[in-house]
Amino acid sequence: MRWRNSAAMGTCKMADVQNISDRQTMNVVIVGHVDHGKSTLVGRLLADTNTLGDGKLEKVQETCKRSGKQFEYAFLLDALEEEQGQGITIDAARVFFRTELRDYIIIDAPGHIEFLKNMVTGAARAEAAVLLIDAKEGVQENSRRHGYLLSMLGIKQIVVAVNKIDLVDYDQGAFDAITEEYQEFLSGIGVEPLQFIPVSAREGDNIAERGGKLDWYQGPTILQALDDLKKAAANEELPLRMPVQDVYKFNEVGDDRRIVAGRIESGTLKAGDEVIFLPSGKRAHVASLEVFNAPTPSQLGPGDSASITLTEQLFVSRGEVLSHLDSKPSVSTRLRVNLFWLGKAPMQPGKRYKLKLATASVEVTIDSIDRVLDASELDSSSDKGQIERHDVAELTLRTRKPVAFDLSAELESTGRFVIVDGFDIAGGGIVREALSDNLETRRLERQLRDMEWVRGDVTPAMREELTGHEAAMIMFSGSPDAGKHDIARALEAALVRAGSHAYLLDGKNVVLGIDADIAFDDIDELVRRFGEVANILLDAGLLVISTTNVIGLADHRKIATQIAPAPMFLVHVGASGDELADAADVCIDPATAPLDAVATILAAFTQKTS
Amino acid sequence: MNHLDELESQSVYILREAYKHFKELCMLWSIGKDSTVMLWLTRKAFLGHVPFPLVHIDTSYKVPAMIEYRDRLAREWKLKMVVGQNRDALAAGMGPEKGRLKCCSALKTEGLKHTLDGTWPRREMNADGVYEDVLNGEPYTGVIVGARADEEGSRAKERYFSPRDHNNDWDVSDQPPEMWNQFKTDFAPNTHVRIHPLLDWTETNIWEYIDREQIPIIDLYFDKGSGKRYRSIGCETCTGMIESKARTPKEIIVELGKTTVPERAGRAQDQEDTYAMEKLRRDGYM
Repeated sequence: MRWRNSAAMGTCKMADVQNISDRQTMNVVIVGHVDHGKSTLVGRLLADTNTLGDGKLEKVQETCKRSGKQFEYAFLLDALEEEQGQGITIDAARVFFRTELRDYIIIDAPGHIEFLKNMVTGAARAEAAVLLIDAKEGVQENSRRHGYLLSMLGIKQIVVAVNKIDLVDYDQGAFDAITEEYQEFLSGIGVEPLQFIPVSAREGDNIAERGGKLDWYQGPTILQALDDLKKAAANEELPLRMPVQDVYKFNEVGDDRRIVAGRIESGTLKAGDEVIFLPSGKRAHVASLEVFNAPTPSQLGPGDSASITLTEQLFVSRGEVLSHLDSKPSVSTRLRVNLFWLGKAPMQPGKRYKLKLATASVEVTIDSIDRVLDASELDSSSDKGQIERHDVAELTLRTRKPVAFDLSAELESTGRFVIVDGFDIAGGGIVREALSDNLETRRLERQLRDMEWVRGDVTPAMREELTGHEAAMIMFSGSPDAGKHDIARALEAALVRAGSHAYLLDGKNVVLGIDADIAFDDIDELVRRFGEVANILLDAGLLVISTTNVIGLADHRKIATQIAPAPMFLVHVGASGDELADAADVCIDPATAPLDAVATILAAFTQKTS
Repeated sequence: MNHLDELESQSVYILREAYKHFKELCMLWSIGKDSTVMLWLTRKAFLGHVPFPLVHIDTSYKVPAMIEYRDRLAREWKLKMVVGQNRDALAAGMGPEKGRLKCCSALKTEGLKHTLDGTWPRREMNADGVYEDVLNGEPYTGVIVGARADEEGSRAKERYFSPRDHNNDWDVSDQPPEMWNQFKTDFAPNTHVRIHPLLDWTETNIWEYIDREQIPIIDLYFDKGSGKRYRSIGCETCTGMIESKARTPKEIIVELGKTTVPERAGRAQDQEDTYAMEKLRRDGYM
């Protein structure tokens, strides 16, 4: 083993060290159609910037010789047997190199359509992209698809490299034709590339050095174009968004601070600020900014993983977004979005998925598919009933619970989301528009009511310890003769016998007393009063079971809004197929014996709430 | 915010995600610089606390100073220390002379696998700082690991949250997508997820951070007068020292700026064949 320049090591001044961590880092992804030369470009960048460790180049050349293959720069990246076997990059690999200006993290993303999810993974981390197009093959399917995805992923700096220019004899005409065709495509999707550069990664033309046979091109080399990339301005001037990641209490080890943790995505936060948490609408003042082994900062800004305490004892939880009062995020259960789908199974209406947006995680279904785009051709086929793998779509989503979010065009990090199908992230997208869900009034009423709500000293956690369960509402639906009342009574009895604090709240009982002063057909007010009664019982920590006949799905949504954050579990007694059955957490055949139905409901309820 | 601040914040975010989503969570602590930085980042994330156990696989061939250092820090920082070991293989005389890869595979990979899934006894440090055998431990479903993408080829393809199947296998060619800090936190029964908070850190970043935070790293990394030090630590039998007079993190950073020798060049098992690390990692090696 040998250290280069080891003799000089002892005399090196500390000044050399000081600026290392102050150096700027730029994340760049290399994308493009399969075989258009991405790995070769990355290998060439590593070699030409003298980044490779001693012996690495020789070791790879040796391996090639042993297996009878001609050496290629792409092999420098191929640490995996599998990859060399297939000759294509299967995952986004990260490599590091530096120029005089700054450090680069280069993400080599695969070009094969099968590995689009890996391309997305790589590109989502990047601040800029180099998109390669083979000068001989021209613009291909994934040249377009990748361009489209880069714009959805929010990457605004794109350099297009027309590679293998040596294979077309360094012909300017070939370069101009590709530039014109691809420029037109990008304009169509609203993307303005920074630069088109003719290169040969294999020969090293216009990578680090200018190409001798490319006199007709006066623009920057790849390395110069990389050094010309700009860092995005910090989001300090934008509205404050801190999605709550968790709430910590380490009191068992003698730390009685109640820490609200989360990352500041935009804006700034100081001790003393008045803040609001959405969707709950709870308000508080920031008491302190907490840190470990560092001086307390005067304020926190974008990118900071924050730890704060509040002056008020609020029960906020993960998924809420903290903001200032004068620039709040939107809250709704209906969102118009653009989405790309990577799942093996298609995304279908009626099926339930999980939407993860910032730190929120909620059940979501398709409300309507507005347009499905074939990204390779950008033909829209709006009559498609589902979204297939690698499709890009415009659609409306409906979430089970309200979420706080922004439009992606205004605030990127709280304006994008992923969709989880089963155990896997299967799609991603950006929010285009917040749609009304006709629940805004109820939400506002609830927020005002909760803000003034008078509490005793008993906390929800203390009640849970006593009852052994969280408060929740179990709502039955089904036609009047479906037998749901028998099942609901059996459920209440079974729960109470098992030691749970359950109560059967029959809609009729609310009508008899509390609604005695209003008209029998004032459904909206009947529903509102019913929801408020349920809310008080839930505040007392009960499992509230209800079999109200008068109300449909829209009313369930209103009641769910009133009782939030307590969950509403929907049981439908009747045949599947209608709106209520689709929305239900569990469907019961009316022919089922009540006790069997109870067992089915409890199993589904336990699974859902655990 | 400089680059170290960015790295710190991202690691803290990942650690907090892991703590939120995995009930049976642990962190692998090799006693080396990377996982010790990770432990420090954990204290950053949880305001001085370390709310999950630290697992160390003791091959019995470790440099003795490592074990002393481990237990001293564990008592000082009130860590929930868990130690695993392949006792059967050691009783049968396993050692590097039987073949380095074979030895790594038995003492590290197998030892780790059975410590994580709870099938072998775990030695856990009790409140008095003494180790006791604990049987039938719950399998860990979230395992935090200090791998860095720049260490060697196969690690460059890891996700921050990387699933392993019931056989501990890593399916490199079919990894889940990961974007916008949305991680794989839903997983099928009998599988687990490896979590990599240090993926974006380079060796130089690690030393810069140790220097900035004054992290009490084990002193095997520094020259104590012999003109030699460890650049990467592991088993005494298979880890070579390098010639270097660096006595502080700052001096190491200066050295790193000048070397083109890979970090793990002193680790004999990596040199056995071209794909050694890739093979070990697919079998569950860190």
